Amino acid sequence: MGHLIELKQVYKIYQMGSETVHALDGVDLTIDQGEFVAIVGSSGSGKSTAMNIIGCLDVPTSGSYHLGGVDVSTMDDDEQAEIRNKMLGFIFQQYNLIPKLTVLENVELPLLYAGVDGSERRKRALQSLERVGLKEKAKNLPSQLSGGQQQRVSIARALAGTPSVILADEPTGALDSRTGREVLGFLKQLNREGDTVVLITHDNSIAVKADRIVRLQDGKIIYDGDAHDPRAVVQPHDDPEEEVPAS
Amino acid sequence: MNFTQSFRLALKSLLTSKMRAVLTMLGIIIGVGAVIVILSLGNGLTGMVQQQVDKMGINMIQAQIWAPGDMATPDPSDMYDVVAAHPDVLTGVSPYVNVTGVVRRGDEKYDRTHMYGISEVMYNAATNYTMDGEQVSKGRFITYLDVEHREPVCVIGAYLEQEAFHGDALGKSLSINGRSLTVIGVLKRNAELEMMEGSQDDQVYLPYTTALEIIGSRWVGLYLFTSTSGETAQAAKSVLANWLNVFFRTDDGEYEYYYITTMAEQANMINGMMSVAMGVLVAIAAISLLVGGIGIMNIMLVSVTERTREIGIRKSLGAKPKDIRSQFVIEAGTTSAIGGLLGIGFGCLLAKILETLLGGMLVQSMGTSGITFHATPTLGAIGLSFGVSVGIGILFGYLPANKAAKLNPIDALRYD
Ligand SMILES: Nc1ncnc2c1ncn2[C@@H]1O[C@H](COP(=O)(O)OP(=O)(O)OP(=O)(O)O)[C@@H](O)[C@H]1O
Ligand SMILES: [Mg+2]
Repeated sequence: MGHLIELKQVYKIYQMGSETVHALDGVDLTIDQGEFVAIVGSSGSGKSTAMNIIGCLDVPTSGSYHLGGVDVSTMDDDEQAEIRNKMLGFIFQQYNLIPKLTVLENVELPLLYAGVDGSERRKRALQSLERVGLKEKAKNLPSQLSGGQQQRVSIARALAGTPSVILADEPTGALDSRTGREVLGFLKQLNREGDTVVLITHDNSIAVKADRIVRLQDGKIIYDGDAHDPRAVVQPHDDPEEEVPAS
Repeated sequence: MNFTQSFRLALKSLLTSKMRAVLTMLGIIIGVGAVIVILSLGNGLTGMVQQQVDKMGINMIQAQIWAPGDMATPDPSDMYDVVAAHPDVLTGVSPYVNVTGVVRRGDEKYDRTHMYGISEVMYNAATNYTMDGEQVSKGRFITYLDVEHREPVCVIGAYLEQEAFHGDALGKSLSINGRSLTVIGVLKRNAELEMMEGSQDDQVYLPYTTALEIIGSRWVGLYLFTSTSGETAQAAKSVLANWLNVFFRTDDGEYEYYYITTMAEQANMINGMMSVAMGVLVAIAAISLLVGGIGIMNIMLVSVTERTREIGIRKSLGAKPKDIRSQFVIEAGTTSAIGGLLGIGFGCLLAKILETLLGGMLVQSMGTSGITFHATPTLGAIGLSFGVSVGIGILFGYLPANKAAKLNPIDALRYD
C-alpha cells in the first residue's frame, strides 16, 4: 500500500543572479491518509516551498513527488487543476479571498470549477459556511468581515470541495491566539473526520497539537517524528554542532 | 457553467469603474455608432430610390436622342410607330419637351414656372400617378385627343392655382409666351415641400404638340417609354436601340446619338454608387473599431496584471487554464458588447437627428412627390454591428486572456 504523499529527494533551487538558494535541499517525506502533520522551522527554511509542491502549485527542480500513487510531474495543467479541485483544500495565511465576490460566491468557487450546477452549489456552499458559523454573512463582502471571520470563510471554501487533504500555510499567523485556537479546532475536527491535514506554523504551542512534527532548516528535514517528543519543539541554535540530526 | 458568473463579474467591474469603462469602450461606441449612421442613411436613400421607382413604374424607359451637326432626327411620330410595331414589349411613349418661357395670368407674370410638353402616356389613370410622380387632384389630365388636335389646354401645379387663380383655376385661362391655354386639371400639392415660386408645385403640363408649336420647333430630345412590364424593359430597350441604330445608320450609336436607360438601370446605378460610397465610409468607421479593439486589449492586459493574485487563487481552487481564459474572454466580450449596444443607440439617435436635418433637402432633390426619407438601420445592420463588436472583444480579449490562463499558479498567488 503506497503513501498518500511521497516526496523523494526533492530539491527546489532558485537562481538569484550569481547566488543559488536551495529552498528545498534533498527532502524525503511521506505522509499517510488521516495524518495530522505540522511543518515547523524558522523563516526561510522552506516550509511554504514544500507545501506548494505538495499542493501541486509549484514543481520541484529535481526529485519526484507522488500524490495518491501518481507522479505529479506526468500530469498536465488540466489534470493538476483537477487534483487541486477534488483532492486538495488550501488555507492561506492571508486568507486569499477574492474581494469583489461575496462570501458565498467565494465559497462556491471550488464547486464552480468542479462543474456543480447553480442551486446545488449554493446549497453546499451554505452548508460549508454553516460549519464555520458564518451562514448569516453569506451576502457580505470579505472586507466587511474581521480577520478571524475571513479565515473561517477560507476554511469553509477549502471544505466546500470536500477535499481529502487540507493544506494550511500559517492559518493562524495573522490571528490573535484565541481566534488561532479556534481555527486549529476546526482543523483537528476535520482530521478526526478522516481528512489528512498538513499545517505550517512557527508557533510551538500550535505545533504540539499535531500528531507529528516535521522540522525544516535550510531546506533540509532535521526532525520528523512524534509531536510530543521534546526534541520536536526545540528551536535549534544557529550553531550547527547543537543541531539534532533528522530521524 | 461559469458564464453567468463571468458575465456578472464583468458587469460589476464595468460598473465600479464607469469612467474607465466608458473610455475603454469609446472606440467601439464611435465605430459602431458611425457604422449605424452610415447604414441608416444608406438605407434611407435606398428606400427613397425604391419609392421613386415604385411611383414612376419599374417599366419606364428614358431615351435621350440628339442629332450631331445637321443630321436628321426621329420625329415623335416615328417613336409612336416603333411602339405600335412592338406591342409585345412596348406599351406607350410620351415626348418630354421642356418649354422655356413666361406664364401670364392677367397682369401677373411667372417666369420661374417649369413647363413640360407631354402626351397622354405620361399619366396612368389606374394609379393616378404621372411618370414623374405627380397626381391629379382636380379636373383631368391631358388626353390623346388633346395631343392629336394640339388643343390649347394645360394642367397646372398647386402653387400656380393658388397664386394665379386664388384656388379656382378649372376652365380659366393663362398664357405661355403669348399663347392662351385653358386649365383642364390641377395637380396635387407636394405636401412635404414648401409651396413657392420655382418649386415643384409651380409647373404646367401641356400637350407636347402644343408645346412644340409654342417654342417653334419640331425637335424632341427626350422620350419616356413604357414597357409591358419591368421584366420586358431590357428587351424594349434593345428594340429602341436597334431602331435608332438603323435610323442613324450605325452599328452602335449609343452615347453618340442616343442614350437609353431603364428605370431598373437607373435605380441600380444609384444604388451601386451608394453602396460604393457606403463601403468606403464603413471601412473608415472600421478603423475606429480596430482602435476600439486595441483599447479593449490594453485594458484587459491591465486587468490581468491587476488581478494576477485573483487568478492565482482561482487556480489554487482548481480553475483550469480554459476556465481562466473564458472568464477574461467573456469579460472582454461583455465590455465590447455593451460598447456595441451604446454605439447602436448612439448611432440610431444620430441617424434620427440627421433624418430631420437632411430629410427635407433630400426629398426635395428627388423631385417627386410623396417620397419620404427614413434613416433607420435595418435589423440586419443592427445585428451585424452587435455581432462585430462582440467579435472584436473576443478577438482582442483572447491574447490577454491567454496570458492569464498560462500564469504559473504559485507565481500568480505570490504576486502583489
Ligand atoms: N520565488 C522565489 N524566488 C527566489 N527565492 C525564493 C522564492 N521563493 C522562496 N525563495 C527562497 O526560498 C527559501 C524558502 O522560502 P519559503 O517561502 O519556503 O520559506 P518559509 O519557510 O515558508 O518561510 P516563512 O516562515 O517566512 O514563510 C527562502 O530563502 C526564500 O528566499
Ligand atoms: Mg512561508
